[in-house]
Amino acid sequence: MSSSALRQPMALKALSNGFLAFWCFVAAFPIIWIAVMSFKTPVDAFDSNPFRVIFGPHTRANIGGLSIIDILLGLALAFILVRQAILWLPGKVAEYAPDGRTGIPWLVGGGAYALASLALLVVVLPAALAVLNPLLGPLGTNILGLTTGHYEAVWIDRGFTRNFANSMIVTTGVVMVSLTVGTLAGYGLARSDSVIAFWLLVIALVFRALPHSVLVSGYLPYFITSAEWLAPIFGDAAPTLYGKPWAIIAVLVAINQPFTIWMLRSFFQNIPAELDEAARVDGCSHFGAFRRVIVPVMWPGVITTGLFSFLLAYNDFLVTSLLLDAQNMTMVPAIANMFNRETTASDEVQAIAAAVSITAPLFVLVLVFQRQIVSGLTAGAVKG
Amino acid sequence: MKKKTFAIFVGPSVFMMVLFIAAPLLSVLWQSFHVTQPVYEQVEVETCTPGLLGSVCTTEMKTRPLLSDNGKILTETTFVGLQSYRNVIEPEKLRTAIARGSWRDVMNIRFWSALRFTLVFTILTLPLVLGTGLLIALAVNNTLQRIKGPVIFVSLLPFIITPVIGALSIRWLFLGDGILTAGLEWWLDRDIAMFAQAWTIELMMYIYRVWHVAPFAFVVFYAGLQTVNNDAVEAAIIDGASRWQRLRYVIIPHLMPLVIFLTLIHLMDAYRVFEEIVGFSASAHVISLQWLTYEFLLQDGTGARAISRASASAILTMIGIAVLLGVPLRRVWREQRAS
Repeated sequence: MSSSALRQPMALKALSNGFLAFWCFVAAFPIIWIAVMSFKTPVDAFDSNPFRVIFGPHTRANIGGLSIIDILLGLALAFILVRQAILWLPGKVAEYAPDGRTGIPWLVGGGAYALASLALLVVVLPAALAVLNPLLGPLGTNILGLTTGHYEAVWIDRGFTRNFANSMIVTTGVVMVSLTVGTLAGYGLARSDSVIAFWLLVIALVFRALPHSVLVSGYLPYFITSAEWLAPIFGDAAPTLYGKPWAIIAVLVAINQPFTIWMLRSFFQNIPAELDEAARVDGCSHFGAFRRVIVPVMWPGVITTGLFSFLLAYNDFLVTSLLLDAQNMTMVPAIANMFNRETTASDEVQAIAAAVSITAPLFVLVLVFQRQIVSGLTAGAVKG
Repeated sequence: MKKKTFAIFVGPSVFMMVLFIAAPLLSVLWQSFHVTQPVYEQVEVETCTPGLLGSVCTTEMKTRPLLSDNGKILTETTFVGLQSYRNVIEPEKLRTAIARGSWRDVMNIRFWSALRFTLVFTILTLPLVLGTGLLIALAVNNTLQRIKGPVIFVSLLPFIITPVIGALSIRWLFLGDGILTAGLEWWLDRDIAMFAQAWTIELMMYIYRVWHVAPFAFVVFYAGLQTVNNDAVEAAIIDGASRWQRLRYVIIPHLMPLVIFLTLIHLMDAYRVFEEIVGFSASAHVISLQWLTYEFLLQDGTGARAISRASASAILTMIGIAVLLGVPLRRVWREQRAS
């Protein structure tokens, strides 16, 4: 009965799908649009006519662009590369690392593949097209203005590479430490029903609500003067915490702890307690049981939590901008500084190119880990 | 699990939280009652300028910071009571403004205007986020199986994007004669400058926040919709419930725990509104409580930071979030105890 009773009138279906199409457009448009803008000269990028922004006549006339054959071949190659990444790569990685449950073989394989693809798209293809284009007449003439000049300016001239390296240091550190500390605590909390465990979770929830500026006002004076008050312990080697990436890592790990332990706890609760009890009956200690029985099956939850730790560290502006000096600035505060100082249109487009550069890794992240992100978002909610 | 084992498992995490969350909280509280300032001394300085008939000398009193032996500026910390709080909330100005009955004067005091914006922002975006999220979830639930994956992928993009970058990207669409400004001007047939006045910036912040967080509400609601009891829906159909009534009386009650969860998370996160102000460069027009603290923490012209005032403003911000969360949390608490 359900099929006929639940069938919906055409109008409702059209309305619902129309709304969905509208939402997808709204969700993607700003991101796609800044990506398009970042490849144009300022004149085209800020043109009020959308078609001029897309086709970039000024860019084409002054710098260059892509021909139909460029676009077709580029899309074809990109399609083949993505297809191979989905169909061929996993088998290959599994072949070299048969027990590849941990992420490292995947990281190496994926990284190598990404680098090879990038080389193909950026080096080999343009070289081949440079030969092909003049031979093809109308198919080979440029129709789409395009310049990578802003990216070169940002990454090479403005030293964005250094900001990128800083971001990588901070995010890697935060993810590693936060998962190590959080996994232990999450497991402990999941397997304990004592009153202390309950109150720990409640306090963590309260900490989760704290605005980060409150905490930063607590750190800042001590971080700046740390060489003085740490001197009795460390002597002359006392470090100034202000501006040090590892100090930021500690701060971000702590800020992220409440969320991390809540999430990991809910994942560990899904692993049946019988599993470690069985190991304990066989003579394992609690730690032995954790290491031998729980660690091998905990990776899905840990990866999901790691993604959110990564996002927190990668996206942070408030903490990094206040506690890091210019030398160690990560990407997000660096772009905000770049952008506040500059006024010319060309700088503006460079800031856009930097913004797109920051967003690109996140795009790949969603592409690869969509399922984990969704499960992470719902983990806390559905179980209450 | 024995107490000792438990302690070893949670120890590192608790240590981190005590050192980097609990301790800074106490220190902020202490700082808000104390002011650390350089010690000044008064010195007589004689300055001579060559004049027509010999040099003209004037002596004046100057204040300069006292230096310690190793050449650093000496500072002293004094207890100031509630002075820093007074500097932040400016009660005299507030009193005169209220006496004059002028809302605009109240809004000229930075703290009160920040409080106004933060509260309006938090409360106004809540129903919008919940509503948009629910609509998307219903629409996705209703569509073809094959396109669900791609739609979820696209929906996650606004959520995953760095908040500052997200706000910037919206700003670039409107900047100058940007594409959306041009579109609006063509549609409304009038000149528009989105970044010239407070209310348009504020409007953009609301829109941005809904765009940014609705995906989260969507994913949570969508997961909830998968667990709706089909028997209950079918029973409602047999009872002759219309589509709307089924939504209202079967599906939404089923999603109610998720609504509470999302409300709590949203209150916490929206109250922290900050990145929008950076992205839209809004600080001249609209500020939030977090921004106020941030501003005090930045170095001023002389390189000093208003730590004490920042701490006072941070404590006030905390009191605000406690009041805001207290209402829904108490309800949850009572329901938990009842069941």
